[in-house]
Amino acid sequence: MYKRYPLQFLNYLIFMSLVGYFSTAPAYRHLPEGQAMVVLAFSHAGQHVEPCRIVSPEEQAKLPPNMRRPTECARARSPVKVELLMDGQSLLSTVAQPPGLFGDGGVDVFLDAIVPAGKHRFSIRMNDSVRVKGYNYTHEQTVQLEPAQLLFIDFNTEDGFVFK
Amino acid sequence: MQSAPIKRVYLTLENWFNYSFGSWNPLYHLGTLTFFFFWVVLVSGIYLFLFFHGSLDGAYASVERMTHEQWYAAGIMRSLHRYASDAAIGCILLHMFREFALDRHHGARWYSWFTGVPLLWMVVTLGITGYWLVWDMLAQYIAIGSAHLMDSLPIFFGSMTRNFLDGALSDRFFILIEFLHLLGQPMLLVFALWFHVRRLSNVNINPPRGLAIGSLLALLALSIVKPATSHAPADLTVVPEVLNLDWFYLNIYPLLDYWSAGQIWMLTIGITLLLMILPWLPPKKAGAAAVVDLDNCDGCKQCFEDCPFDAISVQARTDGAPHEHEVVVDPALCAVCGICVGSCHSSNPFRKAQKELRTGIDMPQLPVNKVRTMTDSALAALRGDVKILVYGCEHGFDVTRLNRNDTVGLTLFCSGMVPPSFIEYALRKGADGVMIAGCRHADCYFRFGNRWMEKRLKGERDPVLRTKVDRRRITVQGGAETDRNIIEQALNKFREELITIGETGDNAGRKVSKAEGGSHV
Repeated sequence: MYKRYPLQFLNYLIFMSLVGYFSTAPAYRHLPEGQAMVVLAFSHAGQHVEPCRIVSPEEQAKLPPNMRRPTECARARSPVKVELLMDGQSLLSTVAQPPGLFGDGGVDVFLDAIVPAGKHRFSIRMNDSVRVKGYNYTHEQTVQLEPAQLLFIDFNTEDGFVFK
Repeated sequence: MQSAPIKRVYLTLENWFNYSFGSWNPLYHLGTLTFFFFWVVLVSGIYLFLFFHGSLDGAYASVERMTHEQWYAAGIMRSLHRYASDAAIGCILLHMFREFALDRHHGARWYSWFTGVPLLWMVVTLGITGYWLVWDMLAQYIAIGSAHLMDSLPIFFGSMTRNFLDGALSDRFFILIEFLHLLGQPMLLVFALWFHVRRLSNVNINPPRGLAIGSLLALLALSIVKPATSHAPADLTVVPEVLNLDWFYLNIYPLLDYWSAGQIWMLTIGITLLLMILPWLPPKKAGAAAVVDLDNCDGCKQCFEDCPFDAISVQARTDGAPHEHEVVVDPALCAVCGICVGSCHSSNPFRKAQKELRTGIDMPQLPVNKVRTMTDSALAALRGDVKILVYGCEHGFDVTRLNRNDTVGLTLFCSGMVPPSFIEYALRKGADGVMIAGCRHADCYFRFGNRWMEKRLKGERDPVLRTKVDRRRITVQGGAETDRNIIEQALNKFREELITIGETGDNAGRKVSKAEGGSHV
């Protein structure tokens, strides 16, 4: 057994060298040098396909008290169409269909792109209603992107598009 | 017999490790080595947990303190934690390769393979949550990558990744990950491991002490030479550029840069399903399971003790015979190894009470009566001064390749199927020597065949070979199908020894002492 110790040492050396090497190497470059990342991600429910109808006081009176409500809306919601342009060129775009059996769910948008670092003019526009032609949300902003910067563009109905 | 290329590759590797380690060959202890590495992970993990601060702001700083300020203790523990985890994955992959290469995943053994595949993913996900806890740029990368994968599933609806980016992350995130990594996943893993070995008997979870010490020293040396370190602290306003990935655990994440999350799920699920159905690709025709003959069974339970796959159980006697127990075979679990036939003391060829030799538990395709007939025919065919009968197995070296005038090989299911009384029978009926040539030492296809056989010959396990049988006339030499030279060299050496014994011409040369003569029944 003792004569085998050098061979055993060699085997341990090989195995642990492999373990040690592949535990950190080869290095992986996730983002090319001099690039930045733009992420457009938000959750939003499109507007109802049909406008909500105001329920009259007479109609409400006929309803049980727990079912009375000021408006009545059809469940289906509009798809959300969004497009991000960088320096006038389309960078990211999607048309997100509302999920759910009745198409009444909110959509989750997650889009990302790798772009060169530097100063860029971003334009973003969104339509969330089939009853509106064109875009009902727009935003423009110039951003100086540093290498490896992550530009996160969020959206909420109160503030519109927010660059973070 | 031509073996598959993958098997030849494995056997070559095994040869090298046999040469280097002898009975400590790590390839024979991959399962127990994996368990050992988990013990190292567990102990080092408990130590690290004492100093770890599970919060968004505190996690990275606490890991850095352990790594640099207490490098001689917590730092080494951290490295042991990482490298033992990596070594465990290496052992699991080798374990899978070995079982596949040696065709030990088919038939009744499908269960261990089938339940082992999810274990690999459980270990991988356990490692992934461990990397999250450091909360450095690598943790950020895999956290966002994991969220991206989760978001593509219909249960999360695409909001998890956004949580990482919009600043909504809180310490509750660490509580969740800590719970998963420290309690939830390990408990699930232990439970799954129990399932994995459920259909095995005499399960050993500890490697040989020397191998364990060597592995620990090697891990320790690696931890000192290359201590585990962190990347820069996580910063969600920055994209990680270059990452030193642990490829044992994090190899799936770079694919996200090229494929969609859905494609990666399809690949992962596809590989998993393919691995899980391998035992049936192609389906293996199962041999008939062992059958109990209560007329010849006295309920001694030795077959129950010896069965490597827990296929035999014991129950109260049902036939009114004056014995307490009887054994029952579960055909679904029976791997058709025949070891139980070798365990049964009724498998005795000297029995003359019946026209046909019958035993307590038998294999329908190769009943013990047929083994006796084959033995008789082989003995009758032997010519020459030194007659040698070789019992071999289906999964080791093909002993019929040794046939010549003075040597005949008989192939059984397993060397453990040979009842010791058959060795004495062969010697009494004309053989000068008996060779048992099963699988390589410590590597029985059916787990315990050659081990039980050797113990029976040494008188350490029932049914024992009687002490008056001349041990010099018996040799055991295991070997794989590629080990022709080893087997032939052992056989030639044995033949020379038998010639020497024969030349002495004194009582020492007797095959079985007359004082011990008489009926065996």
